[in-house]
Amino acid sequence: MREIGIVAAKEFRDGLRNRWVLATTLAFAVLAIALAWFGAAAAGQVGFTRISTTIVSLASLAVFLIPLIALMMAYDSIVGEDEKGTLLLLMTYPISRVGLLVGKFLGHAAMLALSTALGFGIAALVIGLVAEEAAFADLVGPFSLFIGSAILLGWAFLALAYLISTITREKARAAGLALLAWFVLVLIYDLALLGLLVGTEGRVDQGLFQVLLLINPTDVFRLVNLTGFEEAAAASGMLSVVAEQEFSVGRLMGILAAWTVVPLAAAAGLFAARKS
Amino acid sequence: MNSVVRLQQVSRHFGKVRAVIDLDLELAPGEVLGLLGHNGAGKSTTMKMILGVLAASSGQVEVLGENPRGRAAGQLRLKLGYLPENVSFYDNLSGQEVLRYFSRLKRIPVATADHLLERVGLGHAARRRVRTYSKGMRQRLGLAQALLGEPKLLLLDEPTVGLDPIATRDVYDMIDELRATGTSVILSSHVLAGVERHLDRVAILANGRLQANGTIDELRRQADLPLRIRARTGGVNGTINERLAALGLEARPVRDDLIELEAPAGRKLDIMRALLADEDVTDVSVDSPSLESLYTHFNRLADVAEDQHA
Repeated sequence: MREIGIVAAKEFRDGLRNRWVLATTLAFAVLAIALAWFGAAAAGQVGFTRISTTIVSLASLAVFLIPLIALMMAYDSIVGEDEKGTLLLLMTYPISRVGLLVGKFLGHAAMLALSTALGFGIAALVIGLVAEEAAFADLVGPFSLFIGSAILLGWAFLALAYLISTITREKARAAGLALLAWFVLVLIYDLALLGLLVGTEGRVDQGLFQVLLLINPTDVFRLVNLTGFEEAAAASGMLSVVAEQEFSVGRLMGILAAWTVVPLAAAAGLFAARKS
Repeated sequence: MNSVVRLQQVSRHFGKVRAVIDLDLELAPGEVLGLLGHNGAGKSTTMKMILGVLAASSGQVEVLGENPRGRAAGQLRLKLGYLPENVSFYDNLSGQEVLRYFSRLKRIPVATADHLLERVGLGHAARRRVRTYSKGMRQRLGLAQALLGEPKLLLLDEPTVGLDPIATRDVYDMIDELRATGTSVILSSHVLAGVERHLDRVAILANGRLQANGTIDELRRQADLPLRIRARTGGVNGTINERLAALGLEARPVRDDLIELEAPAGRKLDIMRALLADEDVTDVSVDSPSLESLYTHFNRLADVAEDQHA
């Protein structure tokens, strides 16, 4: 157990050192504030409009950005140590493969959680202070949910990055696979679902469609943040198909958490079973 | 517990490739063993099996009386030091940070790590990033890492590859120091020059098989390679040739004033006496077969054996 903490602490310190945390925190904060101000530009207004508009546009952006950041942060976590030769060395230390993997994951997870919470938290603070229309009391609920789900989304893609990093033996290949995963889960998947809907003229079994939506962590994240707002129907398009179904937030968050645990467990299992 | 390492009939194959075949090897406490062989002879695989990173396909591996892949492996690993062949440490960290990280993992106070850094001569560069280190400095850092926790057994995989002569000498000096404190060392190398006087014993691997195992003198006897003797003479005359002919030997002239002959090791003293008895002889030098020629000899034997297998 102690070893896991040592590895996690090193990974976290590396993240602070190479300014991953600083860069992502700033990026999140600036984006969130900018979106809050210009999110309503399409409707002919500039300036903070409504909390719901802000969250909806933030979520649409975060769903692209956070998975990419998480994948880039950790795609080389294992395969990188393998190429450096430090993996072989660490295996002669009193630490197990699973311990190493879990330690590194915890370090990365803490980094991502910190910058997500800090970045969007700062944004919420600024909006609350500057915009007269926004009261802190109204901001806290939606922003907490947004930040919480964004962290879970980040962890889900971190776990995926670890899986990629354990099944590949070359860094370049891992990078390629990570990009492919992002492309498929973030971009292609929804397009394919939309195509399915259009192609069948909407005659898809509701149950099947729900399952297809809940299988992708990015869609789950959208559901958490878009449902419950009137704007959601307009902004989310096909999500409205299931939005009417009223998913409980707890269940959606549970699915996101499962998206973290399952790929990580698979990565740990495969890593531990390695022969060399 | 008599042996630090005991391998009995150990084999390891990767798919169809047989990396190590029926290897028997023992290492006594405080002994420095040179594991020699060409690239791919099975040196690194052998080390990895001793470390417990690789499982043997068959046979028994025992390190400090324990199975390195058994229940006690965690405790055992605290007593082993290892320097892998190709390791590039975390470039973004300083040498001090790298060594402290490894010392924490090995449950050693970080002050010890700092002290070790001084000992390998990296004290002045402790706070510099590893990225800026030269090859020699990286190797010193690796060595400091291997020395964490005063290991009972140290495995060094090609520790001198790519090092300049001074850095190489420093590595060997360090090994001598460790031997004096009773640490057992296994050192793999294919750079042979200069290593032999730092080794107690040599094991030569070729194509995964142990070709020779013993002290350098034992290997010399086993190989029975000829000595090369050179003598400088004041002038060319027939008396030396006559004396040598009486011993059944023949010298060939190298230059006007220099002759050379090859002779079985056992006759060294006879020949020396014969040469020294001649007043014209002004200088004599005797070269025992070098580690390099022994190595070549045993590898050639291995190739012959391999051909017979085929």
